Amino acid sequence: MTQYLINGLMLGGIYGLMAVAYSLVYGVLGLVNFAFGEIFMFGAFIALFAMNGQIPLVDTSIGFIDVGFPIALLVGVAAAGLLGVLVERVAYKPLRKAPILTMLIATIAASLTLRSAAQIVFGDGEQPFPNPVSGNGIEILGATVQPLDLVIMAIGLAVMIVLSLGIGRTPLGRAIRATAQDADTARLMGISVDRVIVWTFLIGSALAGLAGILYASKYQFVDPTMGFVPSLKALVAAVVGGIGNVPGAFVGGILIGLIEALAGGYIPGGSAWRDVIVFVALGAMLWIRPQGLFGVRVVERA
Amino acid sequence: MLRVSDLRAGYAGIEVLKGVSLEVGPGEIVALIGANGAGKTTLLRTISGLIKASDGRVEFDGADATSRPTEALARAGLVHVPEGRNVFPRMTVRENLLVATWRRGSGVSEDLDRTSKLFPILDQRRNQQAYTLSGGEQQMLALGRAIMRDPRLLMLDEPSMGLAPLVASEVFDLIGKLHQGGTPVLLVEQNAKSALRLASRAYVLVNGSIAAEGSADELLSSDMIKRAYLGEN
Repeated sequence: MTQYLINGLMLGGIYGLMAVAYSLVYGVLGLVNFAFGEIFMFGAFIALFAMNGQIPLVDTSIGFIDVGFPIALLVGVAAAGLLGVLVERVAYKPLRKAPILTMLIATIAASLTLRSAAQIVFGDGEQPFPNPVSGNGIEILGATVQPLDLVIMAIGLAVMIVLSLGIGRTPLGRAIRATAQDADTARLMGISVDRVIVWTFLIGSALAGLAGILYASKYQFVDPTMGFVPSLKALVAAVVGGIGNVPGAFVGGILIGLIEALAGGYIPGGSAWRDVIVFVALGAMLWIRPQGLFGVRVVERA
Repeated sequence: MLRVSDLRAGYAGIEVLKGVSLEVGPGEIVALIGANGAGKTTLLRTISGLIKASDGRVEFDGADATSRPTEALARAGLVHVPEGRNVFPRMTVRENLLVATWRRGSGVSEDLDRTSKLFPILDQRRNQQAYTLSGGEQQMLALGRAIMRDPRLLMLDEPSMGLAPLVASEVFDLIGKLHQGGTPVLLVEQNAKSALRLASRAYVLVNGSIAAEGSADELLSSDMIKRAYLGEN
């Protein structure tokens, strides 16, 4: 039991980080950015390249900084953040005045483009990702916990605390919330909504990249398609938490991680069915509470 | 301070403003009155740059403001309190005030003191979410928030809208007090009588054009205005 709970919390922390990315961008733009799955994947690849000291480019490779895991993690997170901003500037910003569905399609296009680019440039198929935190399992309440799991949980929790404080108490956090609640009035109060959007993509993409690196560390592989299923689960987590609500998204992520780990552990044949179980459980939850756990019912204004 | 020349704007091909010109000088309160649908709100939104002008010119502080972004104008001191107040509902009163200090230099704590003196009720409710405030309190918060933006000119869109008469007259008193500091005000109102009492000059907007202008006293005693806007025969 403890084993499954710890697994669930660890996995949930990863989904939660990514769910916060969806929630932030949705809050400000009303947009689901499907490209976060690929930002997640790029973050993991860049961190791997930083540890290997080279970037494979089609049939050749170029040298890259050669560093240990902590620095590689920061490099991957920063690269993911910048990539997310680049995608927003190139693919979404020109469509800002178009109907939201148009922009949604642009996010799907960005997702497919980034995935194909990774397949062509980095090579198709899985590549091994080293376990960054080795060491023997630790006994906690009868369960053996890998040090890596603890590191992942600690990083997830620490980032969430910093982010909640940042959103709640800093001028940038206030500007982001004001923009999410009423963009025109935010502009009348001197807030550059365009700049807020850039910040939101930077923070959201950095979170997605971090989630990707932690995921790759846990499962010890990277793959150009690795972001697809986790990003869907994170999106569901964001909706479950009440999309637009940052702490809610993280809680939604933890919930999904727990359901997935417990279903995989306790239901016969559960590990093959766990994705189905996750989506059915969350579908049922949204049927009971459509606005999500922490969402507010939004009344569309004319 | 503010000069609008032959401004035209509209939505989806329908021209709402058909060449509007007006001026607000230093230290003045200027009222803009007119019926529902005359284009008052459109005019303020076009001056602020939320709506793109199709023709004409806006000058603020002697510089062309026609195509400056809304947020840059607000930071330069052209502060627009929108119709319906639009406080940020899920932020506290205090946070609503602080939002308007985004990238502001000095003077924030002085202005916070000033707003809590002008609006003691906001100080009492500073940790309350803005959506829990009454209409009058929300209007005060919207005015307080505008002060925090360090205005050099205030544009107020129907500050009395939806308020009980007593609360509305309290809001008009507060606008008078705000103006005592010398900040010029462009006051848009349907409540023409109260607006004209506060203002020194006024414009009457009819179907997207200025139909009359003059001193507030002249307009208050004009038969045409009385009939059309003051409900007298």
